Amino acid sequence: MTIKEIFETMDYGTAPESSADALAWIVEQGSRFGHFIDGAMTTPGEGFESRNPATDEVLATLTQATQDDVDAAVTAARSVQPGWAALGGKARARYLYALARLVQKHARLLAVLETLDNGKPIRESRDIDVPLVARHFYHHAGLAQLMDSELPGMEPQGVCGQIIPWNFPLLMLAWKVAPALAAGNTVVLKPAEWTSLTALCFADLCRQAGLPRGVVNIVTGDGAVGEMIVNADVDKVAFTGSTEVGRKIRAATAGRDIAQTLELGGKSPYIVFEDADLDSAVEGLVDAIWFNGGQVCCAGSRLLVQEGVAEEFHARLKRRMDNLRVGDPLDKSVDVGAIVDPEQLARIRSLVDRHAGEGEVHRAACAMPDGCFYPPTLISGLSPASALMQDEIFGPVLVSSTFRTPDEAVQLANNTRYGLAASVWSENLNTALDVAPKLAAGVVWVNGSNMFDAAAPFGGVRESGFGREGGWEGLGAYLKAPSGAAPLVRTAAFVGETAEPQDVDRTAKLYIGGKQARPDGGYARNVYDAEGALIGQAPLSNRKDLRNAVEAARGAKAWSGASAHNRAQVIYYIAENLQARADEIAARIDRLTGGSDGADEVVASVDRLFTYGAWADKFDGRVAQAPVRGLAVALREPCGVIGALCPDAHPLLGLVSAMGPALAMGNRVVLVASEPFPLMAAEFMQVLETSDVPAGVVNLLTGSHAELAPVMAKHLDVDAVWSFSDPELAEVVEREGAGNLKRTWVETTARDWMGPAGEGQLFLEAATEVKTVWVPYGA
Amino acid sequence: MQTAERQGTHQLPQVHEPRNPGMALDMDRVLSQRVNRSAVERRAATLPGRRSVKKAHQAAWLARAISCIDLTTLAGDDTPGRVARLCAKARQPVRADLLDAIGLPDLTVGAVCVYHDMIAPAVKALDGSGIPVAAVSTGFPAGLSPFHLRVAEIGESVSAGASEIDIVISRRHVLTGDWQALYDEMRAFRAACGEAHVKAILATGELGTLTNVARASMVCMMAGADFIKTSTGKEGVNATLPVSLVMMRAIREYYDLTGYRVGYKPAGGISKAKDSLVYLSMVKEELGDRWLRPHLFRFGASSLLGDIERQLEHHVTGAYSAGWRHAMA
Repeated sequence: MTIKEIFETMDYGTAPESSADALAWIVEQGSRFGHFIDGAMTTPGEGFESRNPATDEVLATLTQATQDDVDAAVTAARSVQPGWAALGGKARARYLYALARLVQKHARLLAVLETLDNGKPIRESRDIDVPLVARHFYHHAGLAQLMDSELPGMEPQGVCGQIIPWNFPLLMLAWKVAPALAAGNTVVLKPAEWTSLTALCFADLCRQAGLPRGVVNIVTGDGAVGEMIVNADVDKVAFTGSTEVGRKIRAATAGRDIAQTLELGGKSPYIVFEDADLDSAVEGLVDAIWFNGGQVCCAGSRLLVQEGVAEEFHARLKRRMDNLRVGDPLDKSVDVGAIVDPEQLARIRSLVDRHAGEGEVHRAACAMPDGCFYPPTLISGLSPASALMQDEIFGPVLVSSTFRTPDEAVQLANNTRYGLAASVWSENLNTALDVAPKLAAGVVWVNGSNMFDAAAPFGGVRESGFGREGGWEGLGAYLKAPSGAAPLVRTAAFVGETAEPQDVDRTAKLYIGGKQARPDGGYARNVYDAEGALIGQAPLSNRKDLRNAVEAARGAKAWSGASAHNRAQVIYYIAENLQARADEIAARIDRLTGGSDGADEVVASVDRLFTYGAWADKFDGRVAQAPVRGLAVALREPCGVIGALCPDAHPLLGLVSAMGPALAMGNRVVLVASEPFPLMAAEFMQVLETSDVPAGVVNLLTGSHAELAPVMAKHLDVDAVWSFSDPELAEVVEREGAGNLKRTWVETTARDWMGPAGEGQLFLEAATEVKTVWVPYGA
Repeated sequence: MQTAERQGTHQLPQVHEPRNPGMALDMDRVLSQRVNRSAVERRAATLPGRRSVKKAHQAAWLARAISCIDLTTLAGDDTPGRVARLCAKARQPVRADLLDAIGLPDLTVGAVCVYHDMIAPAVKALDGSGIPVAAVSTGFPAGLSPFHLRVAEIGESVSAGASEIDIVISRRHVLTGDWQALYDEMRAFRAACGEAHVKAILATGELGTLTNVARASMVCMMAGADFIKTSTGKEGVNATLPVSLVMMRAIREYYDLTGYRVGYKPAGGISKAKDSLVYLSMVKEELGDRWLRPHLFRFGASSLLGDIERQLEHHVTGAYSAGWRHAMA
């Protein structure tokens, strides 16, 4: 076309970023890559091709890691880990700083390589992915610098197996590697087989940074290699990817004492109220669902529009969609690039084709190139029952529905298995800030979408996984408190035969929904004292009792909305009523346990309740220093319903130690009392009954931990399970908890419940989820 | 005083588009304008990274930018001689050899924009060129002279041969939320313009919020503005991308509402060729190709042309250019 013609048409033409330097880099490496193990690239072996999805050209040949490769990588990481940790945070900070600088110095190479490999528009890899990578290393250089003074006594997990997805290859590497290294861990990382090139380029940066060999190891290959890493001798597994694989990892690591961070799928709601800036909300959707072709775990893929403006909003949205430019990812004027792989394209097609008939389909009227591309698509008029409203599509497909009121918006938004992110659009501060905390999501953007920063924690709830990445919270996921070396051993119940007549027989019951209840099964166990004399009968709870308790706990949701001051008042009141019966209960403890420190246990229990009464209004979130004009607030929210298998040894203190932090943070609990000394539950429920504890907030069961643990772990309406009694239950709790990916805390080493280790920060963190709410503002 | 014949017509909106007749003041529509500043700023900040025009396309777009320039002099020391130089530049905005090289030998700017007393010299200097003369009016730039004088000034300028009148609104009506007063004022200005087409200068740098910008835009269009324009060039902050985004979205909404296309003119502070490309891409994205013509889009600029000339020479020769190689205004 001549200039004169373009002067009339005003087309954009093409503005391709050159791929020459990136392709030259690949050729310089021989176009064949081995693994990065112990500081050196291995000889390339049997493998597979890495292709540019936009052109289907082969970029390089990669090596499929063998078991020996993975073993070598883990061995290398294991051998240098103590030395790396011993360097100290300040020394590690220098390496992270160097990596940040190197990422910046090679920014364009990394961006082009990413776009070639993944198919995302160069605009995104250049302006978003790579700058965020550098930012992540900078931020974590700072965390490394400060951690020795700010987090004294915390230890690295050790060797971390890290498996990352293909949608943000280098960024997810940064999210995994930076905190791990900052905290003193070493890593074995596997990039996705479709997108390994920037990870291999990063290996080169590690060498340039002079990183000690073995601190970072990178092995390539498919899911089978991922499985090898999960099954290897690692101390932590960090995974970003599908919920399905996350569940498998959970099951495969069950009972192995492996810390985890799982960042999984999502079907994030995008809520538009009638008083929103509609044009900006439409533009926000471009960044929510057409960013990276919708291949984003936190994509705002589920549009919910207030009914009164739905027609207008959809009309504006369709017009905007028609203006999107789909095509060559290297073209600087392209909005939506290629789908990462033909296999993913087929997945998107099949899901949409199967269910599109349930709504009205609008495909963007933009020009579509041939090849591995999918048009921006809107499917409106869907109801929650439609599969497309529930299942993650992971492509440029937006589904939509309408709502009437803020409450209904929240209900619809939360009507999902997932809980990763959410957007709320309203110009009314009251509406936005009321709705944001009610959304089941780890991240909420008010009047925005897909905002990320290294200082702001990111992660999900429900089946979107657990653990956070970014900020102090994310660093914490790569640290652990030194645990007692002694293994946790069970306390046996006393056996006996003798029985003495009692003045009046007492019937111990369960405590469910604020009422004392007989066990569903109608069975009880005789409880004896140390001399073998019968004390009484403890009810044996079965699965139905547990179900009833969870239902009661779920129903008591007002507790989570109660003010912290209010919760503290109730906890103090429990302490007060416990103190009033101190002597009697101390004697009871001594009789049950055959010991003589019952009085001490009561004192410790009252004190513990005071501690959590104190914490109730003091475990604050923080304002993350994200680079926006606005607030990025990391809130501490209750997990929801927590089930706890209380410790054997301290019948009262065990109940109090699990209940206290959970209640203080606004959770409702189902507590299974000490198995050998269950009768304390009967005393404790009387204390609760006199202490204004709302019905259902605390539920007490007695019975077999081994029988109740799998039921509790499997229960899809339980958000977290704590197991403090039987180390043998760790495996079953973690395995069965995979169903809804609940958070689990299983102890296999002994804890000094009477001492400071029996309370504090660790418990509060376990009792809360971090929700990051982004509130950009501007008059 | 001589009543100049209206010589330039090809750039004028009324020639190409049904003229916006205005509509009754719709307060619901005005007050429903809501602008989220952060979101608008994000869109504006990322747009330059989302659209890029290179090589021949860039040259063509820069030529298009020239065709949309209201080449402006609004200085107290303007003289007929100075204005004549400016008009000569308007006729021949770029060296002839360069225009020949890009195949657009007849390229001119969109209009020449002057104060009232310079209308006559400008009309004379532009005789036969087809380039219209625009005059700033209504007590420009503050708009605080007596109302009847401001209305009368429009009539004088039209009589003097201006075919485009750039009026300034009373910012106080916006700042106090007196939309009816703003509407009535604009109606009166529009009526005074007669056949001349009217650009409403909102002075966005003095309106306080983007929501005010959106509401003022809507009121002025309802009152019959042919164009809405950001700034006088005399405010502390003149044309910006966020303000432009808000005004363009208001224009789009008004078009959806009435079917009439209102033009847009960012003015002040746009001095780089690259900036002009971003503005054009914003127009293309938000309003569509139809608005990429001088009858619906103008740059109010004085130094932008110089930078574009250098870029065009670079396009033609491959060598970076120097200012002195191009004729001054």
